[in-house]
Amino acid sequence: MEFHKPRTWPEALAIKAEHPDATPIAGGTDVMVELNFDVHRPDVLIDLTEIAELREWFTVDGRYRVGSGVPYARIIDELGATLPGLAMASRTVGSPQIRNRGTVGGNLGAASPAGDAHPPLLAAGAEIEVASVRGTRLIPADEFYTGVKRNAMEPDELIAAFHISPADGPQQFAKIGTRNAMVIAVCSFGLALHPSTRTVGTGVGSAAPTPRRAADAEAFIAGELDWDSPLPLRDSVKRRFGELVAQSASPIDDVRGTAGYRQHALSVMARRTLGWAWDEYRRNR
Amino acid sequence: MSRPTKAPDKAPDRITTPITGGVGESPLRPDGTLKVKGEFAYSSDLWMDDMLWGATLRSPHPYARIVSIDLSGAWQTPGVHTVMTYDDVPGEKLFGLEHTDQPVMAHEVVRYQGEAVAIVAADHPETARRAVDKIVVEYEVLEPLTDAEEAVFATDAPTLHPGGNLVRHLPIRRGDQHATADVVVRGEYEVGMQDQAFLGPESGLAVPAEDGGVDLYIATQWLHVDQKQVAKCLGLPNDKVRLMLAGVGGAFGAREDLSMQVHASMLALRTGRPVKIVYSREESFFGHVHRHPAKLYYEHGATREGRLVYVKARMFLDGGAYASSTGAVVANAATLGVGPYEAPNVTIDCWGAYTNNPPCGAMRGFGAVQAAFAYESQMDRLAAELGLDPVEVRVRNAMAEGTTMPTGQVVDSAAPVAEMLRRVEAMPLPPAAPTDSYDLRELPGGVSNTTHGEGVVRGIGYGIGIKNVCFSEGFDDFSTARVRLEVIAGEPTAMVHTAAAEVGQGLVTVQAQIARTELGVERVTIHPADTQVGSGGSTSASRQTYMTGGAVKAACEKVRGLLLDIARERLHVEGQLHLDGGKIVSDRHGVLADLAEVLGDEVIDETVEWRHRPTEALDPTTGQGFAHVQYAFAVHRAVVDVDVDLGLVRVVALDCVQDVGKAINPDAVVGQIHGGSAQGLGLAVMEEIQVRDGKIRNPSFTDYLIPTILDMPPMKVDVLELADPHAPYGLRGVGEPPTISSTPAIVAAIRAATGLAIPRCPVRPEDITGTA
Ligand SMILES: Cc1cc2nc3c(=O)[nH]c(=O)nc-3n(C[C@H](O)[C@H](O)[C@H](O)COP(=O)(O)OP(=O)(O)OC[C@H]3O[C@@H](n4cnc5c(N)ncnc54)[C@H](O)[C@@H]3O)c2cc1C
Repeated sequence: MEFHKPRTWPEALAIKAEHPDATPIAGGTDVMVELNFDVHRPDVLIDLTEIAELREWFTVDGRYRVGSGVPYARIIDELGATLPGLAMASRTVGSPQIRNRGTVGGNLGAASPAGDAHPPLLAAGAEIEVASVRGTRLIPADEFYTGVKRNAMEPDELIAAFHISPADGPQQFAKIGTRNAMVIAVCSFGLALHPSTRTVGTGVGSAAPTPRRAADAEAFIAGELDWDSPLPLRDSVKRRFGELVAQSASPIDDVRGTAGYRQHALSVMARRTLGWAWDEYRRNR
Repeated sequence: MSRPTKAPDKAPDRITTPITGGVGESPLRPDGTLKVKGEFAYSSDLWMDDMLWGATLRSPHPYARIVSIDLSGAWQTPGVHTVMTYDDVPGEKLFGLEHTDQPVMAHEVVRYQGEAVAIVAADHPETARRAVDKIVVEYEVLEPLTDAEEAVFATDAPTLHPGGNLVRHLPIRRGDQHATADVVVRGEYEVGMQDQAFLGPESGLAVPAEDGGVDLYIATQWLHVDQKQVAKCLGLPNDKVRLMLAGVGGAFGAREDLSMQVHASMLALRTGRPVKIVYSREESFFGHVHRHPAKLYYEHGATREGRLVYVKARMFLDGGAYASSTGAVVANAATLGVGPYEAPNVTIDCWGAYTNNPPCGAMRGFGAVQAAFAYESQMDRLAAELGLDPVEVRVRNAMAEGTTMPTGQVVDSAAPVAEMLRRVEAMPLPPAAPTDSYDLRELPGGVSNTTHGEGVVRGIGYGIGIKNVCFSEGFDDFSTARVRLEVIAGEPTAMVHTAAAEVGQGLVTVQAQIARTELGVERVTIHPADTQVGSGGSTSASRQTYMTGGAVKAACEKVRGLLLDIARERLHVEGQLHLDGGKIVSDRHGVLADLAEVLGDEVIDETVEWRHRPTEALDPTTGQGFAHVQYAFAVHRAVVDVDVDLGLVRVVALDCVQDVGKAINPDAVVGQIHGGSAQGLGLAVMEEIQVRDGKIRNPSFTDYLIPTILDMPPMKVDVLELADPHAPYGLRGVGEPPTISSTPAIVAAIRAATGLAIPRCPVRPEDITGTA
């Protein structure tokens, strides 16, 4: 196995261009598990942990550019107040050890339908910055996930960062697991209210081949919310929203839960998170 | 120093230096700090510079005929030293705890997914694993038999073993078999397959010896039963197979059966090199037996006042492909099938069957767990039917000292069942969940943020369990202890040597405490456990403090007797002498001399084989007999918050009362109660090996979930000490009872919160939300 540890981003891109089959490794919390289980035997590993800029975040034109190598623990500590949805999701990832090592970049690279970063990125309308020696491009989160553990990257590309606006309204994230910590999502749901555009963003996790938005639910609720004189939401509206979120999913029966349960749980999480977010919006006005 | 010449017995002046760390205290366990710091050497850490690594090829099919095995790919792998199959087993080809029915490696047929088919030794573990992958086995896949009830009764079921599919059927018949009652409740219950989930996977190191034998360093629960089986399979006399206990990372029953012992020894003898085998986590799920999944059909008849008239039960335990300890598990489920209650008329049948599911055997609670889930569910049904409080209905039927068990055995020591129920009921309840604020960590779903209080309903449930302690049914159950007393560097020092396995429960601490108390010496060393001394029996059935503790006590008494004889002779005194704080003390004259002075260069070294009182076999048609040594009880009250919309559960409180006879080490006792309760919580709400068509679907800790600190509430524990006159120090086995009662208590609380029947555990969110 060939092992590279580039110190700069151009160096990393050059290696990836030369070895398109190479496996990048960030926190290693997915890669090392697969190596140890002999699921993958990559010929070439590119360790990205020496590249300082991947571990940085800053603001460009009012949006955050968060390096792909920023671990969950730092997202919680440093960006918790302005990216509450992503921070809530980050708090549910694994254990403290995993949150110290694991990164959103790695979650995007793995593109597991159960990855916890995906629903909040979808709900917030994040974009993924991918790069290669050929250049850099931004991929909207809802175009990024293309299949089970597949994403829209070309073989010579690496994930540089994701771009995300600081929350312009309340955000929520909820995840079902059959124990109260340290559990892979049975299904999950992310929600972001965008008062600035008078829209609602959603992200459904672990209930379809890819993480996805619940577009019908977004459209429905956008038509129901009165942003200027917000009243408590009627139960029937919340329920309808929940139903539409559930309908957007196409879950399967597996060892973690039944399709029926996933659909049911999504509807409950969707109506609850909508209620919490809307109540917060009303309180803060 | 002046002393009255005629002091009364036990005059206060005789106290000398107090010995600390004796019986009834909680000295620190010697392995504790090492374990916490990650420095303890487990069996998986064993190392020899010239060792090879073994790996095992396992069957991917639950049931198949082996058409051919092509080993050439493995042999041709550079670094491989040998490849072996069934044909290479030098001695007996079969082994087993109760029945020798399990081949060392599969022969002609595989009966479960994961059964060993071939083994390889190579100079690197990865080489060994890759060589295993190159072995080509042609299978003729057969339809697996996966239902225990069918295995016993379906006429078209395939016959998995020469003697049929029945491992054991035990009927219990007591009283009027046609009794009728005013109130009748019936239920069908199911218990899923639980795993022991120990953290140290199966591992050991076999070293070939110059005499043609093998020295095996191994993590196990019973060195001598391993020795016997390994020696037979290797075709060697017992004394050429020497076992040393390596660091054990938990057991809970899963190390009672052989795993890699024979395989590593075969590879070592063949290659002439030490061979180490360590199972991976996934392999471990296939490498040991699990808790028997059970189907239980119950009918309780009672008077209008809620007194039991009869209990009828039919239970099916799925033993999987090989018998392991299924027979004894059947006996426990059947004989304890009524629970800690008085019922004049009992009709119980329990069947243990062979299937093509993963083999099942010993796990903490051993048959009593499955029965308790059913009988406690029934007691709650009865309470509901009668409009009685669940504690009240249990108290009205509570057994006590003097009760006649369904086996006809009269309980002849404390059985404070009613008092325990009342005590747990009287414990303060946790405060109600606040309505104006929330802390996610205290809600079902935890930090996953699924509720801020919506849908959360609180429920309270009770569970009580009964367990037999030590081996039953006339088994010649003994432990051996060797105790050596000598003066080292001027200090009297005792050494305790047994073959009893410390598996994390704290036995080594207890052995030292007993020696300190009995010999009055401060310094005690514990010899590593090995087969150079006689059997310590199994570390199971909650028996080691009772049995090996009893043996150490007896050996110390013998040593003390000899020492006092020496003292009488050397000090020219007569009458009662005893040892205290390193001194020889006379009842009459107080302190006479230092133990060290009296003993001088003499070494007293005594070995004692110690037995509990004998038990009897059960009558095979009526299940009658004095079969159990001792009964132990624990009761739990569980308080749960259930998110009834999402089916998520948080156990808010899990308080416990347990009678331990005598707490030899109170901290260790409470630790056992915490751990056992957590394991029962796991079975109540999450722990299940999911098997479909004979195949395990979740062989990893990613999907076989065990409770975390956020799932397990802090516990209130009330330890009673009602001495059992038959047991050393009056103690009662501690390890298993809390595992038995916590599961039904939690499920009862979930029922109380949801109003659902919930006939199966573990309870899944699907069961609560109707989305299964
Ligand atoms: C015990 C445990 C618990 C876990 N719990 C959770 C959980 O609760 N929720 C959850 O979502 N996940 C969980 N995971 C999975 C894992 O921690 C996450 O997916 C994490 O985000 C991966 O990040 P990483 O930096 O460790 O990625 P790595 O393992 O380094 O990489 C993951 C994938 O991304 C690729 N990759 C990494 N960086 C880049 C890059 N810059 N450009 C292109 N590709 C890249 C890698 O090649 C690989 O395919 C858990 C894992 C473990 C071991």
